[in-house]
Amino acid sequence: MPEEIVMVTPDKSFVDLVAEYGGEGVKMCFQCGTCTASCPSGRNTAYRTRKTMRAAQMGFRDIAFSGDDLWQCTTCYTCQERCPRDVPIVDVVVAMRNIAVAEGKMYDPHRKTGQNLVEIGHSVSFGDKQKKMRADMGLDEVPPTVLANKKAMDDLKKILAATGFDKLVG
Amino acid sequence: MAKKYAFFLGCIAPLRYPGLEKSTRVVCKALGIELVDLKDASCCPAPGVIRSFSKKTWLAAAARNLALAEKEGLEILTICNGCYGSLFDAAHELAEDKELLKEVNGVLKEIGMEYKGTTKVRHFAEVLYKDVGIEAIKKKITKPVDYKVAAFYGCHFLKPSGIKGLDNPENPHILEDLIAATGAEAMPRAQASLCCGAGGGLRAAFPDNAMKLTKTNLENIKESGAKYIVDICPFCHLQFDIGQKDSGYSFPVLHLSQLYGVAMGMDAKELGFSAHQTPVKL
Ligand code: SF4
Ligand code: SF4
Repeated sequence: MPEEIVMVTPDKSFVDLVAEYGGEGVKMCFQCGTCTASCPSGRNTAYRTRKTMRAAQMGFRDIAFSGDDLWQCTTCYTCQERCPRDVPIVDVVVAMRNIAVAEGKMYDPHRKTGQNLVEIGHSVSFGDKQKKMRADMGLDEVPPTVLANKKAMDDLKKILAATGFDKLVG
Repeated sequence: MAKKYAFFLGCIAPLRYPGLEKSTRVVCKALGIELVDLKDASCCPAPGVIRSFSKKTWLAAAARNLALAEKEGLEILTICNGCYGSLFDAAHELAEDKELLKEVNGVLKEIGMEYKGTTKVRHFAEVLYKDVGIEAIKKKITKPVDYKVAAFYGCHFLKPSGIKGLDNPENPHILEDLIAATGAEAMPRAQASLCCGAGGGLRAAFPDNAMKLTKTNLENIKESGAKYIVDICPFCHLQFDIGQKDSGYSFPVLHLSQLYGVAMGMDAKELGFSAHQTPVKL
């Protein structure tokens, strides 16, 4: 029995959105599957890079955002190095993640990382334990980053607010 | 020639493994590299989670860091592949795309800053290899070691190679050469370019998948006969150091700066091994 052939129509609005977020290069993809074959993350999960690229090309939002596939990419660039069409695969993944996040789809541990950035200007927490560790090694207790200068931290906060990041992770 | 760079700390080195910061400072000094702290810098921001959340935020905050170095008139030196990935990529995009630079400067204007697009971003390993050179390094090695090690490049040092242009990512030699300068030997292994597992937000949200990648690496490292892991990224460093807990493996994890410190006769205290979870027995 031949399999049923289903006609699908690309969703141009999603394709355009992906392009707007920096994933335009996906249009070069000719679906060879080299990326999937190269992907270390796909060996452990259901994530299939080629399929995700197809979803981006055709605007299949449901496929792109189904499950946690999109978030299994480690951004290792192995696929991108080998892609015969020079598709900027990681940019495409990042573009689709940006869209998902803008729609409120995010994982709590990631949100926490984002909140750390808003609170202290770094992506990991900092407290007395770390201060002591630094002092014991003969380093300044507080590193000379935004952590040591309120004005610098305020500047960073303004940038995060101006680009809507605080609301995103708020 | 005195070599001077703006030292960009990032997050994981200063806040989780300050020994990496410390050993970089002492090793650079010994090699005649002057590090000027890039004061007021923030997270690069992280190429995994923060860039995945908002490329716009990522680029603007990276541009602020780049502008701080531009003001000092110095190239940035980083000891982290994540910071290197973010800052190098952002600097590249902003140098190539004047419209984008204009847009980003619109944001920086809010804090009275401007980025002209001139900052060069360098990785510690690359600076050692290119600006100091293997022969000059060898002269400073006072206590050569005979360790068999796994050279762990991580992902964002060489890749994307189209813009990094440092080495062939499928068959590189820079790190092996830098390791050989200390007397140590980098053992060839299967899947040598496999990701440590931490990147892209995996460690935080999907630790099972992350750990599978880490374990595959550990198996390959064991097979190769290596007894130590030498990395050039605090995030790979953390993934291997913490990831070996209850794994049955216990390879001491050394950042390249720490290996150099050992081979230059510095003591363990100065190199910050006390912060490691997998004990460093030398
Ligand atoms: S390797 Fe490139 S061209 Fe081939 S399927 Fe993947 S993205 Fe498309
Ligand atoms: S960059 Fe992402 S999709 Fe590509 S091989 Fe690595 S984990 Fe897979």
